[in-house]
Amino acid sequence: MAYADLLPGEMRRKLAQKIAESETAREQAIDVMTILQGHFGYMSDEAMLAASELLAMTPLELEELATFYNFIYRQPVGEHVIHVCDSAICWMHGHESLLDHLLSRLEIRLGETTEDGLFTVLPVCCLGYCDHAPAMLVDRRIHGELTREKIDRILTKLIEESHSLPGRK
Amino acid sequence: MCPQVLFSNRKPGRIATMEEYRQSGGYKALSLVVGKWTGKDVCAEVQKANLRGRGGAGFPTGLKWLGVPQEGAYPRYIAANCDEMEPGTFKDRILVHADPHMILEGMVLSAYATGAEKGFIFVRPSYESGARILEREIQRARDAGYLGRNILGTDFSFHIVVHRSGGRYICGEATALLNALQGNRPNPIRPPPYPTVKGLWGRPTVVNNIETMANVPHILRNGAEWYQGLSRSSGSPGTKLFCVSGRVNRPGCFELPMGTTLREIIEEHAGGLPPGCQFKACLPGGASTRFLTSEHLDVAMDFESLAAIGHRMGTAAIIVFDHKTCLVEVTLNLTRFFARESCGWCTPCREGLPYLGDLLRRIEAGEGEEEFIPMIRTMCGHLWNAYCALAPGAASPVESLLTNFEDEVREHIRQRKCPCKA
Repeated sequence: MAYADLLPGEMRRKLAQKIAESETAREQAIDVMTILQGHFGYMSDEAMLAASELLAMTPLELEELATFYNFIYRQPVGEHVIHVCDSAICWMHGHESLLDHLLSRLEIRLGETTEDGLFTVLPVCCLGYCDHAPAMLVDRRIHGELTREKIDRILTKLIEESHSLPGRK
Repeated sequence: MCPQVLFSNRKPGRIATMEEYRQSGGYKALSLVVGKWTGKDVCAEVQKANLRGRGGAGFPTGLKWLGVPQEGAYPRYIAANCDEMEPGTFKDRILVHADPHMILEGMVLSAYATGAEKGFIFVRPSYESGARILEREIQRARDAGYLGRNILGTDFSFHIVVHRSGGRYICGEATALLNALQGNRPNPIRPPPYPTVKGLWGRPTVVNNIETMANVPHILRNGAEWYQGLSRSSGSPGTKLFCVSGRVNRPGCFELPMGTTLREIIEEHAGGLPPGCQFKACLPGGASTRFLTSEHLDVAMDFESLAAIGHRMGTAAIIVFDHKTCLVEVTLNLTRFFARESCGWCTPCREGLPYLGDLLRRIEAGEGEEEFIPMIRTMCGHLWNAYCALAPGAASPVESLLTNFEDEVREHIRQRKCPCKA
């Protein structure tokens, strides 16, 4: 367990307990990866190796899953990940112009991370909030009935919060 | 107001507590059935009620449960599908936030009927709040003796865990869901054997949508005849959760009798179209159904009536489009969605959907040629050879675009631009 040994003790115990309670270890693959990417920021090669040790899977088997799911990040992402719904209903309610607004405010293209490492914007299919379209998820929290002003408020709040954290300007 | 069964405890901005669920008759079916009826009796009553699956395919639930072999292997499992990634569909989210114990009681009863000892609720990432609610209420139900070891003091035990998905549309397909649960790549598996014979870890497994599960306690408590009386149609009993979205005044999820007309749902319950908008078409059952035009607005929304006019009930998620919306662009959006969410396992789906998307994109951009239309038709035909139902579902809006709106498509090609854009 060369890589898993490098994880914080409490996290390792929590993961080991989750795995022990399930039918088979690999059943917990998504939960384990979600917890590890919460710690590392994304599923780095080291995180993948640690997870595959814990789950008794080969790194390749785990890679098949890590690259399959929309909410497992195999590449570095920003502190806040924004998933913008681009399905038909949100599209009817002005998704395209809102996305343009969001990207120009952050000065990035879709799929990119801002220079300060705060935000990544990714496309996502229907989030299941069509009654509140247009919608997006920010760090897995839903925001619906989006307008340009609402997006600005969400971004401003997150930027202010990050500036108030110790060690940040 | 139509009789509310699944939404009887729905309140704005608040989840029904276990106590409220109990006061409305909740967990009565469990005490009525557990230790008194045989599992086969439960299956028979559900079959008599003719409950049909609410996840999209409409398979008779009782028949599915009876598919678990009497002498089959143990342990057995229940997988409750709360993945719901069909565009336009959000009923499962509303149901979890309205009355989670109704889902749990339905799952316990389905386990009792089929001899299962463990159940999984499969939840998509964007429903994290739903996953947390379910985990909390599972604990409460366990503390009250409705779940866990020796339910209501009998020798029947059943456990439920919440399984969080990593987020991918194909996971909602029953066999892909089982692969996902086991930590395998979620490609679908073509039956036979059916999951009821060989599902999770090779054991008998029942996969039902959570709305289907939520119907079960009511059927067992009030009987099959009562259940059939809820409906306005003869073939599809019960009520249905209809989601309405798109160009309507009051998008939302409404519990209405099966067989309510599409016109009533759109005009009365969803408040009709906004001023200045005229109805052009709708998708009656989510993104993988066919465009339905105004000539069929009076169709009764039930499995048989829709099938009779060549449509599918799907998830009963009605997406409404007005006269200003370009249906080529809508179809392009839907096709891109399906292409991106294809698991890539089989060629027709993996290769066919991007090909269709490319043709539609060129037509929309004013680069279309007349020959694209037969090319699209041919490729849609190939999609029906795919391994699972994703690609045929993806073909449905495209095929119906050509059936009902060929003139609009040709106008794009003739004008070399989108005629809906100024």
